[in-house]
Amino acid sequence: MGDWMTVTDPGLSSESKTISQHTSETKMSPSSLYSQQVLCSSIPLSKNVHSFFSAFCTEDNIEQTQENVETQNLKLGSDMDHLQSCYSKLKEQLETSRREMIGLQERDRQLQCKNRNLHQLLKNEKDEVQKLQNVIASRATQYNHDMKRKEREYNKLKERLHQLVMNKKDKKIAMDILNYVGRADGKRGSWRTGKTEARNEDEMYKILLNDYEYRQKQILMENAELKKVLQQMKKEMISLLSPQKKKPRERVDDSTGTVISDVEEDAGELSRESMWDLSCETVREQLTNSIRKQWRILKSHVEKLDNQVSKVHLEGFNDEDVISRQDHEQETEKLELEIQQYCYLLEEKERLKEEWSLFKEQKKNFERERRSFTEAAIRLGLERKAFEEERASWLKQQFLNMTTFDHQNSENKPHSTSNGSPVCMSKLTKSLPASPSTSDFCQTRSCISEHSSINVLNITPEDTKPNQVGGEYTNQKWSVASRPGSQEGCYSRCSLTYTNSHVEKDDLP
Amino acid sequence: MNFSEVFKLSGLLCKFSPDGKYLASCVQYRLVVRDVNTLQIVQLYTCLDQIQHIEWSADSLFILCAMYKRGLVQVWSLEQPEWHCKIDEGSAGLVASCWSPDGRHILNTTEFHLRITVWSLCTKSVSYIKYPKACLQGTTFTRDGRYMALAERRDCKDYVSIFVCSDWQLLRHFDTDTQDLTGIEWAPNGCVLAVWDTCLEYKVLLYSLDGRLLSAYSAYEWSLGIKSIAWSPSSQFLAVGSYDGKVRILNHVTWKMITEFEHPAAINNPKIVVYKEAEKSPQLGLGCLSFPPHRAGAGPLPTSESKYEVASVPVSLQTLKPVTDRANPKIGIGMLAFSPDSYFLATRNDNVPNAVWVWDIQKLRLFAVLEQLSPVRAFQWDPQQPRLAICTGGSRVYLWSPAGCLSVQVPGEGDFAVLSLCWHLSGDSMALLSKDHFCLCFLETEAAVGTACRQLGGHT
Repeated sequence: MGDWMTVTDPGLSSESKTISQHTSETKMSPSSLYSQQVLCSSIPLSKNVHSFFSAFCTEDNIEQTQENVETQNLKLGSDMDHLQSCYSKLKEQLETSRREMIGLQERDRQLQCKNRNLHQLLKNEKDEVQKLQNVIASRATQYNHDMKRKEREYNKLKERLHQLVMNKKDKKIAMDILNYVGRADGKRGSWRTGKTEARNEDEMYKILLNDYEYRQKQILMENAELKKVLQQMKKEMISLLSPQKKKPRERVDDSTGTVISDVEEDAGELSRESMWDLSCETVREQLTNSIRKQWRILKSHVEKLDNQVSKVHLEGFNDEDVISRQDHEQETEKLELEIQQYCYLLEEKERLKEEWSLFKEQKKNFERERRSFTEAAIRLGLERKAFEEERASWLKQQFLNMTTFDHQNSENKPHSTSNGSPVCMSKLTKSLPASPSTSDFCQTRSCISEHSSINVLNITPEDTKPNQVGGEYTNQKWSVASRPGSQEGCYSRCSLTYTNSHVEKDDLP
Repeated sequence: MNFSEVFKLSGLLCKFSPDGKYLASCVQYRLVVRDVNTLQIVQLYTCLDQIQHIEWSADSLFILCAMYKRGLVQVWSLEQPEWHCKIDEGSAGLVASCWSPDGRHILNTTEFHLRITVWSLCTKSVSYIKYPKACLQGTTFTRDGRYMALAERRDCKDYVSIFVCSDWQLLRHFDTDTQDLTGIEWAPNGCVLAVWDTCLEYKVLLYSLDGRLLSAYSAYEWSLGIKSIAWSPSSQFLAVGSYDGKVRILNHVTWKMITEFEHPAAINNPKIVVYKEAEKSPQLGLGCLSFPPHRAGAGPLPTSESKYEVASVPVSLQTLKPVTDRANPKIGIGMLAFSPDSYFLATRNDNVPNAVWVWDIQKLRLFAVLEQLSPVRAFQWDPQQPRLAICTGGSRVYLWSPAGCLSVQVPGEGDFAVLSLCWHLSGDSMALLSKDHFCLCFLETEAAVGTACRQLGGHT
């Protein structure tokens, strides 16, 4: 037999060797060799086939080979079927996806179309609006022009009419008045001169200035109050935030750290700010910045507390956290109330300050008047003393004179004098209650009277106490101001009583 | 609340004297002066023609009566009834007449606004002011009576002249950047003058007393602009009501808008109290039938009472659709008034004519809305406290205060249609004017009004 094509297969290498030994001896016919080759080449893919081929093609294994080939065919067939079905499925999928894509593309195109249409409409509307505005503008200018023209015509008519009216020298255009009335303020009218013009200008500017000053004062007061409130708020916020440091569960250590440093900073700032009470730009900025900082810290603190509370709600109910939040809210409410109260307190303080200053003034006035009273009383006492001395000396003279030539009329005089004195004393004492000035003087001790100078002359027994002159005069009641006419008579008649220096009211009728 | 008896009146001419002691009223050509407390006739004057305008002088000593048809002004003295003064403008005609603040000069505006003649009652002097502007509010006096601002128009341009009232010297004269000036008004502090333009152009200009332009404000272009303007009594705010249904508040420091108040027909905020007037069903007795009885000789008509109910929010108010092709459309804020303490602002939006809006100026928001059954004709604040009196042309007068509101029927036979009202300066009484009559309404003290409010169903 011819040369065998030995298809190598490592598994069957031993067999192939034997076959090759076998076949090397026998010679194959060329046809069988050829069929062998064909069979080999037609199915180059499957290894098994090769292995089979190398193993067989002897008369013994033909049936087995045939079976194998059949199974191989079946397998190949099923594979083919499978592949074909896959192929068809994929083809379908491709088709559907292609259709979808086309549909989407179509929709996209439609939407783009619509978009373009809308844009176009919008543009048209805008153009129309612009056109209408232009129309309005042009109509307005045309209208204004026409109006001006008509107005000029009208003005010409008015001028003409005015001329006619003025020219007519209407005797009727007149005022018929019974008598001229005086001016409301009673003054006479003044000529219009340059001075009056200047005066008017001055007045006008004064009014404007006053108004500006008043407004500026109001604004300054408002500013000062707001600044005070802000400072209070800042202090409160700082005090609110710093105690939180003690609680271990708090996670705001960072912020409290900054708060502490802020407190130190702000303490310095506060002292500086209190010195600069003016609306200085930098001071204002500092204050607002520090307030903002504190507020941010406070806000983050509150937020953290809120987070804690919400976590607690998820994890479980914890009394302490809830209370702390409520406490916090209460504290903030309290803060607000306190701020309000502070505002009220500030107002009250201002009012009290004003009242206190008023009190002080009044007190000063009181002191002044009291001093003047005492001085006057002292003066009066001294004058009185001098007067008394004068009088005493004069009376002595008189008495001496009288006694010298009164020996003849010795009966009459004593009576008249004795009668005269009580009468005049009654006149004097009666005049006292009638004169309002003495009662006024009593009252001036307790309240302020503007006419103190007049009342000083009227004294009552109690009031002569500061008078250092002797007690002789303490019982005297006399009103110097009220009865000038009777005084001279009284003085002469009172001579006897004065030397006695004693008046008894019981004697008087 | 007490009502006086009804007296005759013509032309809605009824004015209290500035010192509050007298009340002047006109009946055709007669001027009747009554004492305010007793309503006894104190003086009676007869004029030469039907009176169109009366005005008290500032010191309450004189009254001027203007008769425009005859071009006459007659002045009467209260102290000396025999004194008389007649000013005849003759062929010049007369369209307006007013007192100067010193009570001794009369300013007459002649026909076609040719000139203003200043007649003096003290001297023989007469002054003329040329080219006054023919507009709604062309002259305005400062509250202290020192200065007068006058709008003028020369060569198609607007000007403002400021005169010193004591000697009528011209203090300042400047032009204004307006198309067609419609009005000028001094601020109550006398230092700022507001000047506003025609409704075709939204523009309000603020000038200082010395003629400097402080600021110009314009909210929008093209649409109809300013319809009404009011200063707050403290001079802190200027309220500008416009045709777009909004009121814009300008502040006196920067003259910029601080807020705008809208007047929508639907109110949704539950914080706002809305009072709706509702008819109380009249109590029908046995003898009352449904047909209207004859007026002559019949008993008193069954007058229908009304009360206020608090409507729950959301509320929608009645609106009026304005006719768009006519001039002076009924839209926009036509009436504006601040309360005397500047805390409240009352407004009326002309296309919701039955409602009065009351705004809280402290909080800059709407406070209350009152909806009446008929269109509101007039409202006026009490000069002493934040109390608003409203009339709608019916026979009722309405009072609002922050405590509540009440509606009071004017007693009397027949319908007393209240067309206008005016407060006495003390706030204790109010004159209610109808076409042919007037009566006085005496209000009790605040406490009594408060209890009355609660009784009548007004709520806080």
